Amino acid sequence: MDFLTLIQLLDSAVRLATPLLLACLAGLYSERAGIFDIGLEGKMLAAAFFSAAIAALTGSVWIGLLAGIAASLALSAIHGVASITFRGNQLISGVAINFLAAGLTVLIAQSWFKQGGRTPSLIGNARFEPITLPFAEALQNVPVLGPIYYELISGHSILVYIAFAAVPFTWWLLFRTRFGLRLRAVGENPAAVDTAGVSVVGLRFAAVGICGILCGIAGAYLSTALQAGFVKDMAAGRGFIALAALIFAKWRPWYALYACLLFGLFGALETRPDVIENLIGVKVQIQLLAALPYLMTVIILAGFVGKAIPPRAGGEPYVKER
Amino acid sequence: MTTAPAIELKGISKAFGPVQANKDISIRVMPGTIHGIIGENGAGKSTLMSILYGFYKADKGEIFIKGYKTQIPDSQAAIAAGIGMVFQHFKLVENFTVLENIILGAEDGRWLKPSIAKARRTLLELSEDYGLSVEPDALIQDIGVGMQQRVEILKALYRQADILILDEPTGVLTPAEADQLFRILDRLRAEGKTIILITHKLREIMDTTDTVSVMRRGEMTATVKTAETSPAELAELMVGRKVLLRVDKTPAQPKDVVLDIKDLHVRDEKGVERLKGINLTVRAGEVLGIAGVAGNGQSELLEVLGGYAEGTGNITVNGQPLDLTGKYSDGQSRRAHGIAHVPEDRQREGLIMEFAAWENVAFGYHHDEAYRSGALMDNTAIREDTEGKMERFDVRPPDPKLAAKNFSGGNQQKIVLAREIERNPDLLLIGQPTRGVDIGAIEFIHQQIIALRDKGKAVLLVSVELDEIMALSDRIAVMFDGHIMGERLPSQTDEKELGLLMAGIGAQK
Repeated sequence: MDFLTLIQLLDSAVRLATPLLLACLAGLYSERAGIFDIGLEGKMLAAAFFSAAIAALTGSVWIGLLAGIAASLALSAIHGVASITFRGNQLISGVAINFLAAGLTVLIAQSWFKQGGRTPSLIGNARFEPITLPFAEALQNVPVLGPIYYELISGHSILVYIAFAAVPFTWWLLFRTRFGLRLRAVGENPAAVDTAGVSVVGLRFAAVGICGILCGIAGAYLSTALQAGFVKDMAAGRGFIALAALIFAKWRPWYALYACLLFGLFGALETRPDVIENLIGVKVQIQLLAALPYLMTVIILAGFVGKAIPPRAGGEPYVKER
Repeated sequence: MTTAPAIELKGISKAFGPVQANKDISIRVMPGTIHGIIGENGAGKSTLMSILYGFYKADKGEIFIKGYKTQIPDSQAAIAAGIGMVFQHFKLVENFTVLENIILGAEDGRWLKPSIAKARRTLLELSEDYGLSVEPDALIQDIGVGMQQRVEILKALYRQADILILDEPTGVLTPAEADQLFRILDRLRAEGKTIILITHKLREIMDTTDTVSVMRRGEMTATVKTAETSPAELAELMVGRKVLLRVDKTPAQPKDVVLDIKDLHVRDEKGVERLKGINLTVRAGEVLGIAGVAGNGQSELLEVLGGYAEGTGNITVNGQPLDLTGKYSDGQSRRAHGIAHVPEDRQREGLIMEFAAWENVAFGYHHDEAYRSGALMDNTAIREDTEGKMERFDVRPPDPKLAAKNFSGGNQQKIVLAREIERNPDLLLIGQPTRGVDIGAIEFIHQQIIALRDKGKAVLLVSVELDEIMALSDRIAVMFDGHIMGERLPSQTDEKELGLLMAGIGAQK
């Protein structure tokens, strides 16, 4: 495998890791605050549809992005009201959201566009285009560093940079600010937060809201940057892979980045079976490669990768003790 | 001199559905004093304090803090009014450091670093002023309960509380830790803080408080100066009738050896040795009390004898060897040997909280002929039998269909006791018989244990309450770190000597 192939592979991994990373961080905020969210998938799907649909209708990808975030936030609000206000079962609420999104997106798409549950293909300003970073062209012939900068770092859509910037930001927010301290505390022991005179409900809604925004961006990325339009079930289990990555990452932002990049790399390998063949000398079935991320998910969720301790109050509605 | 009371409550009432938890309660707590509130479980003490801390809103009544009428709709308002609360179950984040727990909710601005730096300085001053030593950077999960409690107190002081409420603070502490706590409370009082101490332990009230209020069934029955009252009077006010604080018993008439334990070793699931060669005998007609700080192997001893942990060594009951590891090492086989067991944690091991009293009474004895009709359980017979047991053991309310969780701690314990004692066992194992049990029920439970002994049965009593061990035992064995440190006769020892043995000091006589 030559250097350029490696760079291209990594470049592809970055693209594929981006929606996972956004969804994974979304889950991180929610679960750190004690609200389990298996509805990441549904929120991404809804956001993917609405951002593509609104971008197609208005011709502006930015309005599309906002619509995607709004759709995801609406589902977050349902999850929040069900699991925080009414102290319902968080898993059931999440499952309901996934079903709701899977059905509604196709239904509305068919009703609006009559293209068999798709949106029209997005062109021009209705899509996030790759950005060429400053000096990328000029530096591309510098040995080693040139291709890394030009191929790998430059040339992604703005959402990719947002996703990667969200990692240090999340770390900083969680571990360096008052809000982060309270957010982590409410996921560990809400009674401690409550008796300290801070609103448990307020904090949890804030976390679920951030989760909705990040899922919205993740969904918009799928349909307006990675692809050019919405197709049925386009989230393709990424919400669940993001959950597996979150457990793999032990609910930490930097680990989440590494976990998502790993999954992204698996996804990239699927598109380049020739690389694998060169590397190990055996031709591997493309179906097997395609199954890799999902196999990893099962292995991680089954607890084979070390011991991961979830936030202690996760999944438990908070009821004041008598 | 006229000083406004630190806290004055006027006519506080609070009902939960049909249950009147607090009825027209008025109380004045003067600044710079330690005010005790005593009452049985369920008397309404915790509800009253929850109202004061903004957890519940009173249906009626007024709250005055330092002379000013105050509304306390939430904990934020309570903190603002200078009230700090140390709950019975600590409200700490286990995987946060001490400092992080202290600043949580009282941070100094949006950024953590300056908040923590400031808290560190303040913490040092507070620790020195009041003798509250803590490790600022240790994680809560790594420090002992004594220090966790000091963190709770510091949390309140950090929020500039000058009224401190402590709810059953000594429930989880060793006697030495409790002494340290009371020294801290003395110091806080000397600095002008007002302290409300909620407890059901008479001795703590007598030793530390200036005034004491007694609650019974949601009402405040009396407020007296501690110096002018006696434990007997307080107990009577609490229960509403005269209570025997000492257990009346005749000297034991020990007969044949019932339980004989030789060189018992037990390892836990991590492979750590928890019992390191225990030798004990219990004779018919005597109570052997096992004293010790919780966690020194008493639980493991009961578990092996009860048949739900494995061990190595020789144990005989009435001369018959017990199977310690094999097929017959279970509760059913133990019961066949004439062993009955009232476990330490009645809510986890003694009862299924969601199940009705009669179902709980059948547990372990569901194979009994009287409880069966053919292959099925005879539910009517069990319910009738349960009704009889509830009557004889004064369980209130005497309703076999009520779920175990709806009984008070004392009544739950009476249900377990009735199930086990009425089987007329040769050997009764009983762990923490009166933990979380009110005074009236304690008296009854103690009488039942002595009555069983007087019938010529053997009793192995495990308790962390030294008073209880001293009052009930005919012989006392002290456990420390998986060893028996020594055996004493209650008449020939005192709390000081036992306390030293419990701490692992002193050679075997």
